[in-house]
Amino acid sequence: MRRELLRITGVEVFGPYVLLRLARGGLEPGDPGQFFMLEAPGRPLPRPFSLCSAPAGELGFLIEPLGPGTNAIAGLRPGDGIHVTGPLGRGFDLAVERPLLVGGGIGIAPFPYLSEQLGSPPAILGFRTAFHAEAAALVPNAAVVLDPVLVTDALPDEPGDVLACGPEPMLDALARLVPRAQLAREAPMACGYGACYGCVVERDGRYVRLCLEGPVLREAA
Amino acid sequence: MSVPILNASGCLDALAAPEVAASLDVFVTKTITPEPRDGNPPVRIAETDHGMLNSIGLQGPGIDAFVAAHLPRLAALEVDLWVSVGGFAAADFARCCAVLDDEDSVAAIELNLSCPNVEEAPDTAAELVAAARGATKKPLYAKLSPAQWDVAAGARAVVAAGADGLSLVNTIRGLALDPVTLRPRLARAVGGYSGDALRPIALACVYACASAVDVPVVGMGGVGTGVHALELVAAGASAVALGTILFSDPFAPSRVRDELRAEAAARGFENPLDARSVAVVKSEKYLQIGSNGTA
Repeated sequence: MRRELLRITGVEVFGPYVLLRLARGGLEPGDPGQFFMLEAPGRPLPRPFSLCSAPAGELGFLIEPLGPGTNAIAGLRPGDGIHVTGPLGRGFDLAVERPLLVGGGIGIAPFPYLSEQLGSPPAILGFRTAFHAEAAALVPNAAVVLDPVLVTDALPDEPGDVLACGPEPMLDALARLVPRAQLAREAPMACGYGACYGCVVERDGRYVRLCLEGPVLREAA
Repeated sequence: MSVPILNASGCLDALAAPEVAASLDVFVTKTITPEPRDGNPPVRIAETDHGMLNSIGLQGPGIDAFVAAHLPRLAALEVDLWVSVGGFAAADFARCCAVLDDEDSVAAIELNLSCPNVEEAPDTAAELVAAARGATKKPLYAKLSPAQWDVAAGARAVVAAGADGLSLVNTIRGLALDPVTLRPRLARAVGGYSGDALRPIALACVYACASAVDVPVVGMGGVGTGVHALELVAAGASAVALGTILFSDPFAPSRVRDELRAEAAARGFENPLDARSVAVVKSEKYLQIGSNGTA
């Protein structure tokens, strides 16, 4: 585990989302689906974000400003410093034959890096509005559906190896349709490295720490 | 020996982050109970403007599985080990302490007398300590709640019952509501409040107890810097534990230790321990405020 003070090198806006680009310093990008804890300026706790993009020398994070923490992070400007810890957790298993990325809303965040590592596989992305869907520009080879159409409506009959990230109802629906899908889950998290036991999810009747066992989980083995 | 830096119980898993544990002088386990516990349902944590709430609910493997599966791996780490134990009756504390009494790798036992997230034990803190005392010869640290009118009286009672030291303080109960729905943000509504806002409360408790009893005191509550640690020492702590800061900065122990040394030196204390209790005013008038006039 490493923690460094990184500099913001660029801020790009995609609809309501902000892509924060950082000089990566000594931090490794890790595997797609792994996450980093980003200091939230002025707030007691950092926030978890999966890595969005990993161009040479940089780390990119897609932020949806929703609360005090994400607003503080999205408000950072080039030259500002921010403490970053990671990479953390377990990412996507990339040993897949016919990958299909399925994402909803801010859940597309890990896909640019994931898509790059998998050779730009097809993707189905769902958004609330056309404004939100501007972020689809980050993911190559993507088909976009807008509310009320759901990503599950757009799934092919043979979806192949689904790698998904998005809102919980979307992931639960995918788990029913594609039991072997890899699902990147989310939970409120204080530390990101197994210390706080805050981020537990139920697995096989037990509470497990999502930051250690996930965030990418398979519903069925 | 300088001021030892510990983690607050429940704020670090040494097996998940051994490099963080190795940066401490003492690693304190998450509270172990006699039987396995699932813990509370999520949502378990909520950040507030000046701290955080947790409602973990003593999730853990139970004392037998802990000793069989966890303790050997913890013993292999290059750090002194304290085990925090908890329960719901005096017999629970006695059972956990009796099991740990045989374990050479356990340097001390911290008695969690004050978890804010589980039903309260019907026995008094002193009864729980007495039961633990009867079961082990290991040093016993009583972890007290800051939510008592006269914490110094509580300290005197647990020391009289056999506690060798005090851990001050545990979290204090708090509630956070979702600003839109006005419903509790935690699944169990109330949780233990920690972080920055707890610091003056911890200082007051350490100050009151260090005046009331003559035992080692581990001070904790909102420590994030060396100055914070030095303040607890000045109020009477002989060791300092880090809690919530570990969540945002896993490497805080080394930083706080360095800052503590530098801040003490800047105030003329060659060893930070030399600053112990300098804040404690030895006057009847002040002591009466902190300890109900019985000091």
